[in-house]
Amino acid sequence: MSENSSNDAYWKANVRIILISLVIWALVSFGFGILLRPMLAGISVGGSDLGFWFAQQGSILVFLALIFNYAWQMNKLDIAHGVDEE
Amino acid sequence: MSQFAINLLFVGASFALYIGIAIWARAGSTSEFYAAGRGVHPVTNGMATAADWMSAASFISMAGLIAFTGYDNSSFLMGWTGGYVLLALLLAPYLRKFGKFTVSEFIGDRFYSPTARIVAVVCLIVASTTYVIGQMTGVGVAFGRFLEVSNTAGLLIGACVVFAYAVFGGMKGVTYTQVAQYCVLITAYTIPAVFISLQLTGTPIPALGLFGDHVASGEPLLAKLDAVVTDLGFKEYTAHHADTLNMVLFTLSLMIGTAGLPHVIMRFFTVPKVSDARWSAGWTLVFIALLYLTAPAVGAMARLNISELMWPNGGISGEAVTTEQIANDPEYDWMATWQKTGLLDWEDKNGDGKIQFYNDKNEDLQAMAAEKGWEGNELTKFNRDILVLANPEIANLPSWVIGLVAAGGLAAALSTAAGLLLAISSAVSHDLIKGAINPNISEKGELLSARIAMAVAIAVATWLGLNPPGFAAQTVALAFGLAAASIFPALMMGIFSTKINNTGAVAGMLAGLTVTLIYIFLHKGWLFIPGTNSFTDADPLLGTIKSTSFGAIGAAVNFAVAYIVAGMTKETPADIKALVESVRVPRGAGAAQDH
Repeated sequence: MSENSSNDAYWKANVRIILISLVIWALVSFGFGILLRPMLAGISVGGSDLGFWFAQQGSILVFLALIFNYAWQMNKLDIAHGVDEE
Repeated sequence: MSQFAINLLFVGASFALYIGIAIWARAGSTSEFYAAGRGVHPVTNGMATAADWMSAASFISMAGLIAFTGYDNSSFLMGWTGGYVLLALLLAPYLRKFGKFTVSEFIGDRFYSPTARIVAVVCLIVASTTYVIGQMTGVGVAFGRFLEVSNTAGLLIGACVVFAYAVFGGMKGVTYTQVAQYCVLITAYTIPAVFISLQLTGTPIPALGLFGDHVASGEPLLAKLDAVVTDLGFKEYTAHHADTLNMVLFTLSLMIGTAGLPHVIMRFFTVPKVSDARWSAGWTLVFIALLYLTAPAVGAMARLNISELMWPNGGISGEAVTTEQIANDPEYDWMATWQKTGLLDWEDKNGDGKIQFYNDKNEDLQAMAAEKGWEGNELTKFNRDILVLANPEIANLPSWVIGLVAAGGLAAALSTAAGLLLAISSAVSHDLIKGAINPNISEKGELLSARIAMAVAIAVATWLGLNPPGFAAQTVALAFGLAAASIFPALMMGIFSTKINNTGAVAGMLAGLTVTLIYIFLHKGWLFIPGTNSFTDADPLLGTIKSTSFGAIGAAVNFAVAYIVAGMTKETPADIKALVESVRVPRGAGAAQDH
């Protein structure tokens, strides 16, 4: 029984990290890269604006950071909840 | 040494390497054939997955599409990388924990239904086969160009090479071959980009050069490019012109499609641990990003180079390039070379001995043309797919760089074709034959049927590649839409919801697959037969939504149907709920079970 409640807490924590990550994922690509680009038009980056940079490079860099952050956080969470692989 | 001999040398040497590795790492047992004994390190696996994933579309085609459209085609960059976030967070670790060999095996077990498994196999075969047809078309064009043989001969040679190492190597051979292919393709992509970035911006890193200053004019490169293309009557490079809704849906379809492509997902079965599956997705994206951060720079810089080559005397206000220059000046040799392929052409329509390149649909330019006596754009054909392959020649780079790019382009197309063939063969032998038709088949028989399936798949793909249903890029887009609408939602719901039952999942997959197929066939022709389409992508059935962007809607249909049907039918049994619970935690992920 105790193992199950621990697994539930683990899963909830996991889903929380996933949701936060996906919000950032959508914000940098669909947000900054496409829909919110007009709002960022004032910030110039090397001959164009911030939205253009996010669409062509920035979002890819953020995606990388998101995946490595997730792997790192989850490996910590696995150990904290005692569900890591021996 | 002639350019032909140099190309042959580079292509030949790289192939000898791949085949050598495939023979050295020949698979012995079934589990080795599919999953390389799960002994692949996350970094190695990431590199192989990157090679597997980056196909002719990424290497040969993407930068050209960006070059001629600019910002609006950023969808490719965000879509084909953003999918890895979905894969890493929503699928990879859980599928590794599940510990089986194939995607459809997971769907069959999770939805406790052989029907679900067979439906998944059908979705997988349809998506992978369409994808491999696109690759074979690319293989044919690239071989034809660099070996200076016909498209048909190029395709047949390519098919034999793919067959050789995919059939005899299995996943293990393919994994290490693909590591070698990654190294070849990334070197081939980066070296010319570095040369060109140095020429134009003085920066050796193309990704930084894109946002740097243009050496010759002192202006920012992108500002210079915007000015040059608008002078010629084209749309501003960095501005947003495309329909926003379609752009969002297209990006989303590419993302979901990436996370639903079986040959990519399968890769995450080959790492030793669940935690490794998470890292492995990250490493894959690192290796992909090396190319994807360079690609927009390649596109922008090539566009600038081409515009300036066509107007060498101070832009459109000066004189255009002369036909004599094109014929005699070594800087323009690439034009004659590519004219032979039929993918590049020009015509001196007004007979003034010059080739005027401009947008003859632009009213301001039409007025200017009337004044100067031009009779339309004279660079009559510039196929976007030749841009990356022709790029080193356009920038006058040494001939060894051109040979290297030839080898890289072929590596990209062949590695993806091999990975897809492996996914198809395991779907047929493991899921269809062993899983449904003859469960008592021996290991030897299973391996044999896997190889026969591979041979049949490549024969079909080659035959269809000879008479392709459309451009390679269109075929690839269809594959993504189908994977997005069928496989991804089923996998995600299988992990994140215990409510979805067998009927719900089957109904969802069938609905997603069917609506997407119908929407695509309505726009591209039934079974791609020309003339049988009722709509075109220029004027689509639903608002501004093109058939290439429909995968995201297909996926939404899949989710909705699955939830509604699951709500009306019998609840998921307790043992399946327990299975889902166990997939969610990493502890206890042992070696693969071969049931």
